[in-house]
Amino acid sequence: MSVTEMFSYIQGFLSADQDIREDIRKVVQVLEQTAREILTVLQSVHQPSGFKDIPSKCLRARELFCTVRTQIGELKTKFPVEQYYRFHEHWRFVLQRLAFLAAFVVYLESESLVTREEVAKILGIEIDREKGFHLDVEDYLAGVLIMASELSRLAVNSVTAGDYSRPLRISNFINELDSGFRLLNLKNDPLRKRYDGLKYDVKKIEEVVYDLSIRGLAKEQEAGGDK
Amino acid sequence: MSKREGEGGARKRKTDFTEVQKSDDHDNGAQISSPVISAFKVFQQELDTKHDKYERLVKISRDITIESKRTIFLLHRVTSVPNAEEVLHEADVKLDGVRQKIGLIAEELRGEDLYQFHRAFTPGIQEYVEAVSFHHFIRHRTLISLEEVNARLVFMRHERTDAKGSSEGSRSSPAVLTFQVTPTDYLLGVADLTGELMRMCISSVGNGDMDTPFKLSDFLREIHDGFSYIGNTGPYEVSKKLHTLRQSLGKVEDACYTLRVRGSEIPKHMLADVLSSRTAIMDPDEGVV
Repeated sequence: MSVTEMFSYIQGFLSADQDIREDIRKVVQVLEQTAREILTVLQSVHQPSGFKDIPSKCLRARELFCTVRTQIGELKTKFPVEQYYRFHEHWRFVLQRLAFLAAFVVYLESESLVTREEVAKILGIEIDREKGFHLDVEDYLAGVLIMASELSRLAVNSVTAGDYSRPLRISNFINELDSGFRLLNLKNDPLRKRYDGLKYDVKKIEEVVYDLSIRGLAKEQEAGGDK
Repeated sequence: MSKREGEGGARKRKTDFTEVQKSDDHDNGAQISSPVISAFKVFQQELDTKHDKYERLVKISRDITIESKRTIFLLHRVTSVPNAEEVLHEADVKLDGVRQKIGLIAEELRGEDLYQFHRAFTPGIQEYVEAVSFHHFIRHRTLISLEEVNARLVFMRHERTDAKGSSEGSRSSPAVLTFQVTPTDYLLGVADLTGELMRMCISSVGNGDMDTPFKLSDFLREIHDGFSYIGNTGPYEVSKKLHTLRQSLGKVEDACYTLRVRGSEIPKHMLADVLSSRTAIMDPDEGVV
Protein backbone atom coordinates (compact mmCIF):
# COMPACT_ATOMS: atom_id res chain seq x y z
CA MET A 1 0.00 0.00 0.00
CA SER A 2 1.48 3.32 -0.96
CA VAL A 3 1.71 6.25 1.36
CA THR A 4 -0.98 8.15 -0.52
CA GLU A 5 -3.39 5.23 -0.39
CA MET A 6 -2.79 4.82 3.29
CA PHE A 7 -3.52 8.44 4.00
CA SER A 8 -6.66 8.53 1.90
CA TYR A 9 -7.88 5.45 3.76
CA ILE A 10 -7.36 7.21 7.07
CA GLN A 11 -8.93 10.37 5.76
CA GLY A 12 -12.01 8.31 4.91
CA PHE A 13 -12.11 6.99 8.42
CA LEU A 14 -11.76 10.45 9.91
CA SER A 15 -14.53 12.01 7.87
CA ALA A 16 -16.89 9.13 8.67
CA ASP A 17 -16.07 9.73 12.32
CA GLN A 18 -16.87 13.40 11.97
CA ASP A 19 -20.21 12.67 10.34
CA ILE A 20 -21.23 10.52 13.28
CA ARG A 21 -20.21 13.24 15.71
CA GLU A 22 -22.21 15.78 13.77
CA ASP A 23 -25.33 13.60 13.96
CA ILE A 24 -24.87 13.01 17.66
CA ARG A 25 -24.41 16.69 18.33
CA LYS A 26 -27.73 17.50 16.66
CA VAL A 27 -29.68 14.99 18.75
CA VAL A 28 -27.93 16.03 21.93
CA GLN A 29 -28.92 19.64 21.30
CA VAL A 30 -32.59 18.68 21.20
CA LEU A 31 -32.11 16.60 24.31
CA GLU A 32 -30.58 19.55 26.13
CA GLN A 33 -33.59 21.64 25.22
CA THR A 34 -35.95 19.10 26.78
CA ALA A 35 -33.76 18.91 29.87
CA ARG A 36 -34.01 22.67 30.25
CA GLU A 37 -37.79 22.49 29.98
CA ILE A 38 -37.95 19.90 32.74
CA LEU A 39 -35.67 22.03 34.87
CA THR A 40 -37.94 25.03 34.39
CA VAL A 41 -40.94 23.01 35.51
CA LEU A 42 -39.13 21.79 38.61
CA GLN A 43 -37.56 25.16 39.44
CA SER A 44 -40.96 26.52 40.34
CA VAL A 45 -40.98 24.47 43.55
CA HIS A 46 -38.67 27.12 44.96
CA GLN A 47 -41.40 29.70 44.78
CA PRO A 48 -43.64 30.07 47.83
CA SER A 49 -46.70 29.14 45.81
CA GLY A 50 -44.93 26.15 44.34
CA PHE A 51 -44.87 24.11 47.53
CA LYS A 52 -48.53 23.33 47.35
CA ASP A 53 -48.67 21.52 44.07
CA ILE A 54 -45.43 19.60 43.99
CA PRO A 55 -47.19 16.41 42.87
CA SER A 56 -48.66 18.07 39.79
CA LYS A 57 -45.23 19.45 38.86
CA CYS A 58 -43.68 16.03 39.20
CA LEU A 59 -46.40 14.66 36.99
CA ARG A 60 -45.65 17.30 34.36
CA ALA A 61 -41.94 16.46 34.57
CA ARG A 62 -42.69 12.78 34.19
CA GLU A 63 -44.60 13.56 31.01
CA LEU A 64 -41.61 15.42 29.66
CA PHE A 65 -39.41 12.43 30.44
CA CYS A 66 -41.43 10.54 27.81
CA THR A 67 -40.01 12.95 25.24
CA VAL A 68 -36.57 12.35 26.67
CA ARG A 69 -36.99 8.62 26.17
CA THR A 70 -37.83 8.98 22.50
CA GLN A 71 -34.96 11.43 22.00
CA ILE A 72 -32.48 9.09 23.64
CA GLY A 73 -33.93 6.32 21.50
CA GLU A 74 -33.00 8.41 18.50
CA LEU A 75 -29.52 9.05 19.87
CA LYS A 76 -29.00 5.30 20.16
CA THR A 77 -29.43 4.88 16.43
CA LYS A 78 -26.66 7.34 15.59
CA PHE A 79 -23.64 5.20 16.42
CA PRO A 80 -22.66 1.55 16.88
CA VAL A 81 -23.66 0.47 20.35
CA GLU A 82 -20.27 -0.98 21.32
CA GLN A 83 -18.59 2.37 20.72
CA TYR A 84 -20.38 4.15 23.54
CA TYR A 85 -17.23 5.51 25.15
CA ARG A 86 -15.81 6.76 21.91
CA PHE A 87 -18.49 9.44 21.78
CA HIS A 88 -19.27 9.59 25.47
CA GLU A 89 -18.10 13.18 25.84
CA HIS A 90 -20.90 14.43 23.62
CA TRP A 91 -23.75 13.37 25.89
CA ARG A 92 -22.02 13.13 29.23
CA PHE A 93 -23.12 16.58 30.33
CA VAL A 94 -26.76 16.22 29.33
CA LEU A 95 -26.97 12.73 30.77
CA GLN A 96 -25.74 14.01 34.13
CA ARG A 97 -28.34 16.74 33.98
CA LEU A 98 -31.07 14.24 33.21
CA ALA A 99 -29.91 11.98 36.02
CA PHE A 100 -30.16 14.97 38.34
CA LEU A 101 -33.66 15.81 37.13
CA ALA A 102 -34.82 12.24 37.53
CA ALA A 103 -33.33 12.09 41.01
CA PHE A 104 -34.97 15.39 41.92
CA VAL A 105 -38.38 14.27 40.74
CA VAL A 106 -38.10 11.03 42.69
CA TYR A 107 -36.97 12.91 45.78
CA LEU A 108 -39.88 15.33 45.59
CA GLU A 109 -42.30 12.45 45.20
CA SER A 110 -41.01 10.03 47.78
CA GLU A 111 -38.17 11.80 49.64
CA SER A 112 -35.81 8.94 48.88
CA LEU A 113 -32.69 8.54 46.84
CA VAL A 114 -33.33 7.35 43.34
CA THR A 115 -31.52 4.14 42.48
CA ARG A 116 -29.40 3.85 39.40
CA GLU A 117 -31.89 1.32 38.03
CA GLU A 118 -34.74 3.79 38.44
CA VAL A 119 -32.88 6.56 36.64
CA ALA A 120 -32.10 4.18 33.83
CA LYS A 121 -35.75 3.23 33.65
CA ILE A 122 -36.95 6.84 33.62
CA LEU A 123 -34.53 7.63 30.79
CA GLY A 124 -35.27 4.43 28.93
CA ILE A 125 -31.67 3.16 29.01
CA GLU A 126 -29.70 0.29 30.53
CA ILE A 127 -27.33 -0.06 33.48
CA ASP A 128 -25.02 -2.72 32.10
CA ARG A 129 -22.64 -1.77 29.38
CA GLU A 130 -23.24 -5.08 27.65
CA LYS A 131 -26.94 -4.44 27.13
CA GLY A 132 -26.64 -1.26 25.13
CA PHE A 133 -26.78 2.47 25.76
CA HIS A 134 -26.25 2.72 29.48
CA LEU A 135 -25.90 5.08 32.41
CA ASP A 136 -22.30 5.22 33.55
CA VAL A 137 -22.00 5.02 37.32
CA GLU A 138 -19.97 8.23 37.44
CA ASP A 139 -22.65 10.11 35.53
CA TYR A 140 -25.28 8.84 37.93
CA LEU A 141 -23.22 9.97 40.93
CA ALA A 142 -22.62 13.36 39.35
CA GLY A 143 -26.36 13.74 38.88
CA VAL A 144 -26.95 12.90 42.54
CA LEU A 145 -24.42 15.54 43.57
CA ILE A 146 -26.15 18.20 41.48
CA MET A 147 -29.35 17.28 43.28
CA ALA A 148 -27.65 17.79 46.66
CA SER A 149 -26.94 21.43 45.92
CA GLU A 150 -30.46 21.88 44.61
CA LEU A 151 -31.80 20.47 47.87
CA SER A 152 -29.76 22.88 49.96
CA ARG A 153 -31.44 25.66 48.04
CA LEU A 154 -34.80 24.04 48.56
CA ALA A 155 -34.18 23.91 52.32
CA VAL A 156 -33.63 27.65 52.45
CA ASN A 157 -36.63 28.44 50.31
CA SER A 158 -38.96 26.12 52.17
CA VAL A 159 -38.22 28.03 55.39
CA THR A 160 -39.09 31.24 53.59
CA ALA A 161 -42.34 29.68 52.48
CA GLY A 162 -43.12 28.66 56.06
CA ASP A 163 -42.47 24.96 55.75
CA TYR A 164 -40.22 24.30 58.75
CA SER A 165 -40.18 20.52 58.70
CA ARG A 166 -38.77 20.03 55.24
CA PRO A 167 -35.23 21.28 56.06
CA LEU A 168 -34.95 18.67 58.79
CA ARG A 169 -35.90 15.89 56.42
CA ILE A 170 -33.52 17.24 53.80
CA SER A 171 -30.78 17.39 56.40
CA ASN A 172 -31.22 13.71 57.24
CA PHE A 173 -31.20 12.83 53.61
CA ILE A 174 -28.11 14.83 52.76
CA ASN A 175 -26.23 13.47 55.74
CA GLU A 176 -26.95 9.99 54.55
CA LEU A 177 -25.75 10.91 51.08
CA ASP A 178 -22.61 12.39 52.52
CA SER A 179 -21.73 9.25 54.41
CA GLY A 180 -22.45 7.28 51.25
CA PHE A 181 -20.05 9.35 49.20
CA ARG A 182 -17.44 9.02 51.90
CA LEU A 183 -17.33 5.32 51.12
CA LEU A 184 -16.04 6.01 47.64
CA ASN A 185 -12.37 6.25 46.77
CA LEU A 186 -12.51 8.96 44.18
CA LYS A 187 -9.65 9.76 41.90
CA ASN A 188 -8.71 13.32 41.09
CA ASP A 189 -11.34 13.66 38.39
CA PRO A 190 -14.38 15.85 37.69
CA LEU A 191 -16.52 13.71 39.97
CA ARG A 192 -14.14 14.30 42.84
CA LYS A 193 -14.23 18.02 42.20
CA ARG A 194 -17.98 17.97 42.37
CA TYR A 195 -17.96 15.86 45.50
CA ASP A 196 -15.78 18.45 47.17
CA GLY A 197 -18.71 20.83 46.87
CA LEU A 198 -21.00 18.52 48.78
CA LYS A 199 -19.66 19.61 52.16
CA TYR A 200 -20.81 23.16 51.52
CA ASP A 201 -24.31 21.93 50.81
CA VAL A 202 -24.24 19.89 54.01
CA LYS A 203 -23.02 22.92 55.93
CA LYS A 204 -25.69 25.18 54.52
CA ILE A 205 -28.49 22.82 55.46
CA GLU A 206 -27.07 22.34 58.93
CA GLU A 207 -27.13 26.09 59.40
CA VAL A 208 -30.76 26.21 58.38
CA VAL A 209 -31.56 23.42 60.82
CA TYR A 210 -29.63 25.26 63.53
CA ASP A 211 -31.51 28.49 62.93
CA LEU A 212 -34.79 26.65 63.15
CA SER A 213 -33.94 24.74 66.31
CA ILE A 214 -32.67 27.67 68.39
CA ARG A 215 -35.88 29.49 67.64
CA GLY A 216 -37.95 26.50 68.55
CA LEU A 217 -39.47 26.54 65.11
CA ALA A 218 -38.58 22.98 64.34
CA LYS A 219 -40.22 21.69 67.51
CA GLU A 220 -43.32 23.75 67.02
CA GLN A 221 -43.78 22.37 63.56
CA GLU A 222 -43.32 18.83 64.83
CA ALA A 223 -45.92 19.33 67.51
CA GLY A 224 -48.26 20.85 64.97
CA GLY A 225 -47.77 17.87 62.75
CA ASP A 226 -48.62 15.49 65.55
CA LYS A 227 -51.95 17.10 66.23
CA MET B 1 -36.55 12.98 66.98
CA SER B 2 -35.80 15.67 64.45
CA LYS B 3 -34.17 17.89 67.04
CA ARG B 4 -31.85 15.13 68.10
CA GLU B 5 -30.87 14.70 64.50
CA GLY B 6 -30.03 18.37 64.25
CA GLU B 7 -27.70 18.11 67.22
CA GLY B 8 -26.21 15.01 65.76
CA GLY B 9 -25.42 16.93 62.63
CA ALA B 10 -23.71 19.69 64.60
CA ARG B 11 -21.75 17.16 66.61
CA LYS B 12 -20.54 15.47 63.50
CA ARG B 13 -18.63 18.47 62.41
CA LYS B 14 -16.57 18.56 65.57
CA THR B 15 -15.78 14.92 65.97
CA ASP B 16 -13.33 13.08 63.80
CA PHE B 17 -14.24 10.48 61.27
CA THR B 18 -14.09 7.31 63.38
CA GLU B 19 -16.25 8.79 66.06
CA VAL B 20 -18.80 9.84 63.51
CA GLN B 21 -19.04 6.27 62.37
CA LYS B 22 -19.50 5.12 65.92
CA SER B 23 -22.21 7.64 66.66
CA ASP B 24 -23.95 6.59 63.48
CA ASP B 25 -23.88 3.08 64.81
CA HIS B 26 -25.50 4.12 68.03
CA ASP B 27 -27.98 6.68 66.84
CA ASN B 28 -29.53 4.69 64.11
CA GLY B 29 -28.14 1.29 63.37
CA ALA B 30 -30.55 1.17 60.48
CA GLN B 31 -28.53 3.78 58.64
CA ILE B 32 -25.57 1.45 58.21
CA SER B 33 -27.65 -1.07 56.40
CA SER B 34 -29.82 1.58 54.75
CA PRO B 35 -30.41 1.26 51.03
CA VAL B 36 -28.32 4.35 50.36
CA ILE B 37 -25.25 2.98 52.13
CA SER B 38 -25.52 -0.43 50.58
CA ALA B 39 -25.97 1.15 47.16
CA PHE B 40 -22.84 3.20 47.67
CA LYS B 41 -20.92 0.11 48.70
CA VAL B 42 -21.73 -1.33 45.29
CA PHE B 43 -20.58 1.90 43.61
CA GLN B 44 -17.39 1.81 45.63
CA GLN B 45 -16.56 -1.62 44.30
CA GLU B 46 -17.42 -0.69 40.76
CA LEU B 47 -15.31 2.46 40.81
CA ASP B 48 -12.37 0.73 42.47
CA THR B 49 -12.36 -2.03 39.89
CA LYS B 50 -12.39 0.54 37.14
CA HIS B 51 -9.61 2.64 38.63
CA ASP B 52 -7.44 -0.42 39.27
CA LYS B 53 -7.78 -1.52 35.71
CA TYR B 54 -6.91 1.96 34.52
CA GLU B 55 -3.78 2.05 36.66
CA ARG B 56 -2.66 -1.35 35.42
CA LEU B 57 -3.09 -0.17 31.84
CA VAL B 58 -1.09 3.00 32.50
CA LYS B 59 1.73 0.89 33.88
CA ILE B 60 1.78 -1.43 30.88
CA SER B 61 1.67 1.57 28.58
CA ARG B 62 4.70 3.07 30.28
CA ASP B 63 6.65 -0.16 29.86
CA ILE B 64 5.71 -0.22 26.20
CA THR B 65 6.92 3.36 25.77
CA ILE B 66 10.27 2.64 27.37
CA GLU B 67 10.92 -0.51 25.37
CA SER B 68 9.86 1.12 22.12
CA LYS B 69 12.16 4.07 22.74
CA ARG B 70 15.05 1.70 23.32
CA THR B 71 14.25 -0.09 20.10
CA ILE B 72 14.34 3.19 18.24
CA PHE B 73 17.74 4.04 19.71
CA LEU B 74 18.96 0.63 18.66
CA LEU B 75 17.68 1.18 15.14
CA HIS B 76 19.54 4.45 14.86
CA ARG B 77 22.73 2.42 15.11
CA VAL B 78 21.94 0.85 11.73
CA THR B 79 23.62 3.66 9.85
CA SER B 80 26.96 3.27 11.60
CA VAL B 81 27.18 -0.52 11.86
CA PRO B 82 28.53 -2.65 9.03
CA ASN B 83 26.11 -5.49 9.57
CA ALA B 84 22.68 -3.91 9.49
CA GLU B 85 20.87 -7.22 9.40
CA GLU B 86 22.10 -8.09 12.87
CA VAL B 87 20.75 -4.88 14.35
CA LEU B 88 17.44 -5.33 12.58
CA HIS B 89 17.12 -8.81 13.96
CA GLU B 90 17.84 -7.61 17.47
CA ALA B 91 15.20 -4.92 17.07
CA ASP B 92 12.76 -7.58 15.91
CA VAL B 93 13.33 -9.52 19.12
CA LYS B 94 12.78 -6.37 21.16
CA LEU B 95 9.59 -5.55 19.30
CA ASP B 96 8.33 -9.04 20.00
CA GLY B 97 8.75 -8.26 23.68
CA VAL B 98 6.73 -5.08 23.25
CA ARG B 99 4.02 -7.02 21.47
CA GLN B 100 3.81 -9.39 24.41
CA LYS B 101 3.05 -6.37 26.57
CA ILE B 102 0.38 -5.17 24.17
CA GLY B 103 -1.02 -8.66 24.57
CA LEU B 104 -1.43 -7.84 28.25
CA ILE B 105 -3.44 -4.76 27.32
CA ALA B 106 -5.63 -6.86 25.06
CA GLU B 107 -6.09 -9.23 27.97
CA GLU B 108 -7.17 -6.40 30.25
CA LEU B 109 -9.56 -5.09 27.64
CA ARG B 110 -11.26 -8.39 27.04
CA GLY B 111 -14.97 -7.67 27.09
CA GLU B 112 -14.39 -3.96 27.73
CA ASP B 113 -14.90 -0.92 25.60
CA LEU B 114 -11.54 -0.01 24.11
CA TYR B 115 -12.33 3.68 24.21
CA GLN B 116 -13.26 3.70 27.87
CA PHE B 117 -9.62 3.17 28.81
CA HIS B 118 -8.07 4.58 25.68
CA ARG B 119 -6.36 7.46 27.43
CA ALA B 120 -4.49 5.06 29.66
CA PHE B 121 -2.53 3.37 26.93
CA THR B 122 -2.52 5.70 23.92
CA PRO B 123 1.04 7.06 24.57
CA GLY B 124 2.46 3.56 24.61
CA ILE B 125 0.68 2.51 21.47
CA GLN B 126 1.84 5.61 19.60
CA GLU B 127 5.41 4.91 20.60
CA TYR B 128 5.03 1.32 19.46
CA VAL B 129 3.70 2.44 16.08
CA GLU B 130 6.67 4.76 15.81
CA ALA B 131 9.14 1.96 16.55
CA VAL B 132 7.50 -0.62 14.34
CA SER B 133 7.12 1.74 11.39
CA PHE B 134 10.75 2.85 11.73
CA HIS B 135 11.84 -0.74 11.68
CA HIS B 136 9.66 -1.42 8.68
CA PHE B 137 11.02 1.58 6.84
CA ILE B 138 14.65 0.61 7.36
CA ARG B 139 13.95 -2.86 6.05
CA HIS B 140 11.52 -2.19 3.18
CA ARG B 141 11.79 1.55 2.53
CA THR B 142 8.00 1.85 2.62
CA LEU B 143 5.38 2.99 5.09
CA ILE B 144 3.85 0.21 7.14
CA SER B 145 0.09 0.14 6.75
CA LEU B 146 -2.43 0.11 9.56
CA GLU B 147 -3.49 -3.42 8.64
CA GLU B 148 0.07 -4.66 8.86
CA VAL B 149 0.42 -3.12 12.30
CA ASN B 150 -2.81 -4.71 13.45
CA ALA B 151 -2.06 -8.05 11.84
CA ARG B 152 0.87 -8.55 14.19
CA LEU B 153 -1.21 -7.81 17.23
CA VAL B 154 -3.03 -11.11 17.33
CA PHE B 155 -2.37 -13.16 20.40
CA MET B 156 -3.08 -16.70 21.36
CA ARG B 157 -3.94 -17.37 24.95
CA HIS B 158 -4.18 -20.89 26.26
CA GLU B 159 -4.12 -20.76 30.01
CA ARG B 160 -6.94 -18.31 30.69
CA THR B 161 -9.70 -20.21 28.96
CA ASP B 162 -8.84 -23.37 30.84
CA ALA B 163 -9.08 -21.52 34.12
CA LYS B 164 -12.48 -20.15 33.28
CA GLY B 165 -13.86 -23.64 33.32
CA SER B 166 -17.07 -25.02 32.00
CA SER B 167 -18.80 -21.79 31.01
CA GLU B 168 -16.41 -21.20 28.15
CA GLY B 169 -15.09 -24.71 27.92
CA SER B 170 -17.02 -25.40 24.77
CA ARG B 171 -15.01 -22.81 22.87
CA SER B 172 -11.73 -23.78 21.27
CA SER B 173 -9.09 -23.59 23.97
CA PRO B 174 -6.52 -21.37 22.17
CA ALA B 175 -8.52 -18.15 22.46
CA VAL B 176 -7.60 -15.52 19.93
CA LEU B 177 -7.15 -12.03 21.27
CA THR B 178 -6.66 -9.08 18.99
CA PHE B 179 -5.68 -5.54 19.61
CA GLN B 180 -6.78 -2.88 17.16
CA VAL B 181 -4.65 0.23 16.85
CA THR B 182 -7.02 3.10 16.17
CA PRO B 183 -6.39 5.14 13.02
CA THR B 184 -5.70 8.19 15.15
CA ASP B 185 -3.02 6.44 17.17
CA TYR B 186 -1.50 5.16 13.97
CA LEU B 187 -1.48 8.65 12.51
CA LEU B 188 0.17 10.17 15.55
CA GLY B 189 2.76 7.41 15.62
CA VAL B 190 3.62 8.04 11.99
CA ALA B 191 3.95 11.75 12.73
CA ASP B 192 6.52 10.89 15.39
CA LEU B 193 8.29 8.65 12.91
CA THR B 194 9.18 11.65 10.78
CA GLY B 195 11.30 13.06 13.60
CA GLU B 196 13.29 9.83 13.71
CA LEU B 197 13.72 9.88 9.96
CA MET B 198 15.13 13.38 10.15
CA ARG B 199 17.68 12.26 12.73
CA MET B 200 18.56 9.27 10.61
CA CYS B 201 19.09 11.50 7.61
CA ILE B 202 21.54 13.77 9.40
CA SER B 203 23.46 10.91 10.97
CA SER B 204 23.68 8.93 7.72
CA VAL B 205 25.47 11.86 6.14
CA GLY B 206 28.04 11.56 8.87
CA ASN B 207 28.86 8.11 7.58
CA GLY B 208 29.41 9.37 4.08
CA ASP B 209 26.15 7.90 2.85
CA MET B 210 25.15 10.12 -0.05
CA ASP B 211 22.15 8.05 -1.10
CA THR B 212 19.96 7.70 1.99
CA PRO B 213 19.28 11.42 2.57
CA PHE B 214 17.64 11.77 -0.82
CA LYS B 215 15.51 8.69 -0.32
CA LEU B 216 14.50 9.93 3.11
CA SER B 217 13.62 13.31 1.74
CA ASP B 218 11.33 11.74 -0.86
CA PHE B 219 9.65 9.56 1.73
CA LEU B 220 9.20 12.45 4.15
CA ARG B 221 7.67 14.56 1.43
CA GLU B 222 5.17 11.83 0.70
CA ILE B 223 4.18 11.64 4.34
CA HIS B 224 3.98 15.40 4.56
CA ASP B 225 1.68 15.47 1.55
CA GLY B 226 -0.46 12.83 3.20
CA PHE B 227 -0.78 14.90 6.35
CA SER B 228 -1.61 18.01 4.37
CA TYR B 229 -4.33 16.00 2.67
CA ILE B 230 -5.86 15.21 6.05
CA GLY B 231 -5.28 18.79 7.17
CA ASN B 232 -7.47 19.91 10.00
CA THR B 233 -10.19 17.30 9.54
CA GLY B 234 -8.22 15.11 11.90
CA PRO B 235 -8.09 15.40 15.66
CA TYR B 236 -6.45 18.35 17.35
CA GLU B 237 -3.19 16.52 18.14
CA VAL B 238 -2.62 15.81 14.47
CA SER B 239 -2.58 19.44 13.47
CA LYS B 240 -0.19 20.14 16.32
CA LYS B 241 2.22 17.51 15.07
CA LEU B 242 1.98 18.83 11.54
CA HIS B 243 4.01 21.85 12.59
CA THR B 244 6.89 19.71 13.90
CA LEU B 245 6.67 17.64 10.77
CA ARG B 246 7.19 20.70 8.62
CA GLN B 247 10.32 21.54 10.61
CA SER B 248 11.72 18.04 10.15
CA LEU B 249 11.00 18.14 6.46
CA GLY B 250 12.66 21.52 6.18
CA LYS B 251 15.81 20.22 7.82
CA VAL B 252 16.01 17.19 5.57
CA GLU B 253 15.37 19.21 2.43
CA ASP B 254 18.03 21.66 3.45
CA ALA B 255 20.48 18.86 4.07
CA CYS B 256 19.80 17.47 0.61
CA TYR B 257 20.25 20.90 -0.86
CA THR B 258 23.63 21.30 0.80
CA LEU B 259 24.67 17.88 -0.34
CA ARG B 260 23.76 18.63 -3.93
CA VAL B 261 25.39 22.03 -4.06
CA ARG B 262 28.51 21.50 -2.05
CA GLY B 263 28.72 17.75 -1.74
CA SER B 264 31.40 17.49 -4.35
CA GLU B 265 33.51 20.22 -2.81
CA ILE B 266 33.59 19.25 0.86
CA PRO B 267 35.59 16.23 2.01
CA LYS B 268 33.22 13.54 3.18
CA HIS B 269 34.39 13.44 6.76
CA MET B 270 33.53 17.11 7.22
CA LEU B 271 30.04 17.00 5.74
CA ALA B 272 28.32 16.08 8.96
CA ASP B 273 29.79 19.13 10.69
CA VAL B 274 28.62 21.39 7.90
CA LEU B 275 25.11 20.00 8.03
CA SER B 276 24.72 20.11 11.77
CA SER B 277 25.96 23.69 11.91
CA ARG B 278 23.46 24.59 9.23
CA THR B 279 20.55 23.10 11.14
CA ALA B 280 21.71 24.85 14.28
CA ILE B 281 21.58 28.20 12.52
CA MET B 282 18.18 27.36 11.12
CA ASP B 283 16.52 26.64 14.44
CA PRO B 284 15.90 30.14 15.82
CA ASP B 285 14.36 31.24 12.54
CA GLU B 286 11.76 28.51 12.69
CA GLY B 287 10.43 29.76 15.98
CA VAL B 288 9.41 32.96 14.23
CA VAL B 289 7.76 31.22 11.28
